[in-house]
Amino acid sequence: MIWGWLAAAVVLGSIAASVAGLWLGAGFQPDRFVGGYTLGILGFTVLEAGLSMLLSVGLAIPAARALARRTRFPGRVPLIALLALPMVVPPLVGVLAIVQIWGRSGLVSRAAQALGLETSINVYGLTGILLAHVFFNMPFATRMLLQAWASIPGEHWRLARQLGLGGPGVFRFVEWPVLRRALPSAAALVFLLCFTSFAIVLALGGGPPNATLEVAIFQAVRFDLDFGLALALAAIQVTVCAAVLIGLGRLQRTAPLGLGIDPPAVRPDLDGRWGRIGDGAAITLVAAVLLVPLAAIAVDGLLGPVAEALSRSALWWAAARSLALAVGSAALAVALGLAIVSTLRELRVRHGRPRLAGGMEAASSLVLVVPPFVLAAGWFLLLRPVLDVFAYGLGLVLVANVLISLPFVVRVVTPAATMTFERTWRLADSLGMAGWRRVCLIDLPALRRPVGLAYGIAAALAFGDLGVIAMFGTNDTQTLPLYLYQLIGAYRMGEASVVGLLLVVCCLGLFALGDRVMGRARA
Amino acid sequence: MKPILTASTALALGLAAAPVLSPALAQTPELVVYTYSSFVSDWGPGPELEEMFEAQCGCDLEFVGVEDGVVILSRLRLEGDSTDADVALGLDTNLLAEARDTGLLAPHDLDLSDLDLPVAWDDDVFVPYDYGYFAFVYDTEVLAEPPASLDELVHGSDAEVLVEDPRTSTPGLGLLLWMRSLYGDEADAAWAALRPRIVTVSAGWSEAYGLFLGGEAPLVLSYTTSPAYHRIAEETERYAAALFEDGHYLQVEVAARLAGSDQPELARQFLEFLVSPDAQAVIPTTNWMYPVRMPEDGLPDAFDDPSAITPLLIDPEEVAANRRQWIDDWLEAMSR
Repeated sequence: MIWGWLAAAVVLGSIAASVAGLWLGAGFQPDRFVGGYTLGILGFTVLEAGLSMLLSVGLAIPAARALARRTRFPGRVPLIALLALPMVVPPLVGVLAIVQIWGRSGLVSRAAQALGLETSINVYGLTGILLAHVFFNMPFATRMLLQAWASIPGEHWRLARQLGLGGPGVFRFVEWPVLRRALPSAAALVFLLCFTSFAIVLALGGGPPNATLEVAIFQAVRFDLDFGLALALAAIQVTVCAAVLIGLGRLQRTAPLGLGIDPPAVRPDLDGRWGRIGDGAAITLVAAVLLVPLAAIAVDGLLGPVAEALSRSALWWAAARSLALAVGSAALAVALGLAIVSTLRELRVRHGRPRLAGGMEAASSLVLVVPPFVLAAGWFLLLRPVLDVFAYGLGLVLVANVLISLPFVVRVVTPAATMTFERTWRLADSLGMAGWRRVCLIDLPALRRPVGLAYGIAAALAFGDLGVIAMFGTNDTQTLPLYLYQLIGAYRMGEASVVGLLLVVCCLGLFALGDRVMGRARA
Repeated sequence: MKPILTASTALALGLAAAPVLSPALAQTPELVVYTYSSFVSDWGPGPELEEMFEAQCGCDLEFVGVEDGVVILSRLRLEGDSTDADVALGLDTNLLAEARDTGLLAPHDLDLSDLDLPVAWDDDVFVPYDYGYFAFVYDTEVLAEPPASLDELVHGSDAEVLVEDPRTSTPGLGLLLWMRSLYGDEADAAWAALRPRIVTVSAGWSEAYGLFLGGEAPLVLSYTTSPAYHRIAEETERYAAALFEDGHYLQVEVAARLAGSDQPELARQFLEFLVSPDAQAVIPTTNWMYPVRMPEDGLPDAFDDPSAITPLLIDPEEVAANRRQWIDDWLEAMSR
């Protein structure tokens, strides 16, 4: 128990330190921000994040279900392996890929023109923002929900077969209870990511009213160095997101699942024709959302000046730094995350305190809505008098990345960890098993898959990080994403496409590392 | 799984402790110059200038490249008197008033009267080292006849444009001031007229220029010097700057030395070097801006002649005093 509280204290302490730094450095000027402008963009932010969440999760449910039902079709394994990838694609690269498809001279427009149709797609506006957010988040939501399906015990399927349940019955009695655990968590993550989306919203938004609160915070920190205003705006952002997190947490239900030790059994509802067609459509949709933009990125990269781009030593230094950052911060994030998860499942199951557990889960996610540059500026102001902050730049970037990956680790591991605990805690208690023995004998074998996935996600997130490094980074600490932006800033779009592809490939490698090395056991 | 966790934790701790392990080799005097990262990239002017200056100063020139000019200023402000920087290089015209107000900068003591700048320069703190003009770059394969003036673009054209956001980017602020300098208090009406043809307002130059190269609009807000890159490095004439007869907004990039520098003489020497003919000859094709000292045989042909351009500039103090209000007005005009 104690480790979880300690981990939570580390997280909240880091945020509090940043707030304290800003407060001391800036004071508080509350009369500056309460204006129509702030309220206007707050409204838009809630709208775009809410719609992005509904669309992403709404499409992810049938997609995850279809992938769970159809376990052997060609390409299933690589498709699933690619699901978490868009989340770590740098926003600028993703936006350009989306525009290559949906833009004015994009694939869809050109195809329509070739067919002699008058095209009237205007991607700029809410449409474009939603299209991009669905690409960035829907595949990841699918991956999270797929975890839930994979955790349904074999007994349930056997029972469903004996009872002769059809499709609707299976969904109602077997799948829905498991889904209700995972759904609010996935929805909350997508909401937070879209709420704080920034470059995507501006690039595809079409005009200044379509901006998020994050833009105003960026403006306050970067251009005005007005930390009081930044703090006030960040407080609004945290409050709104905390309310949404708590609301979604309330929807979470943990139905008792009973003992389950059997391997997964064959579902009884796979034969209907309509089921096949529906599954086919859902899988086609998720594949299209995922693969078409990724293909655009790959083609661009391969058509670029590959040899020239790869011959620069700055590229490899940047890649090496990113890799070290990724591997290190992912390990720390997984360690912290597991500590938190182990405490919150005890709270939820053994002590019957679901509210407290939910609060802990929400608290570990809050760092996602504190903009990274605000976090960085706060630490800077606090630490500056005692140490040379820039000499420790990469160290601070590492800490920040641990915090940013933590919510993903917690949310990916929690459902499976809680379920394992429900099934085993009485038995383990009666055997007097505790501490590390319990972790090694019960949890690790059961949780390899989700922990491996969490490690991969945390590593890839740190690999692609742009937020904190931009504040502390210099040319001596340049990471791959910064290098990519620098190339674009110097007109070198061709080389940048190559680096973009390299970045995506590296992230894929990190996922594979998590999956193969840690998650190799069959779940 | 445990060995991996252990190994990567060790790696992480090593990463955090790395600076402690690198002892300072402070035998030769060191000159620390804060600049933006593209200045010191492989393809920027930094490496060549470093070699040239170190050959003559008997010192170690260390460039610290941060994201951009705005970050240079905020880093100086955050560090205050304790900064390691001896020189700040890469602030632009619109940051001058705020940079001066920090009180961290010292006079340059140089005679700059013979520089080739389009405006008179009598500032005693900031040393201009290059300049450029904001411009709409167009795709000649899509747009045969670009507008001949900003006024024509605003009121007499049906071409669509990509622009940047003044809340988050330097070119965005540049266009805001450009409109202000031409239309004064009527700028809001001009923005309202342009609004329907603005495809999108991106956070930074990179997004806008990327969308432009992807064919999303025939015009993008960039610099008069952008086509020179395409002509020289990519050998294509496809992109050109629309040269406006009613003028272009000027951006001057400057350097200054820090009052608290422990190498004041070296810092002064570096500023002098920066505007010397040798250093200036490096600027055009590495930083893609106009030099403040014209080379004897002129600029490469790929550059549009800067002497044919009418400069527009609002006094930096006036910009500092009104920036917030003008951005609010712009938001109002663009939201209607």
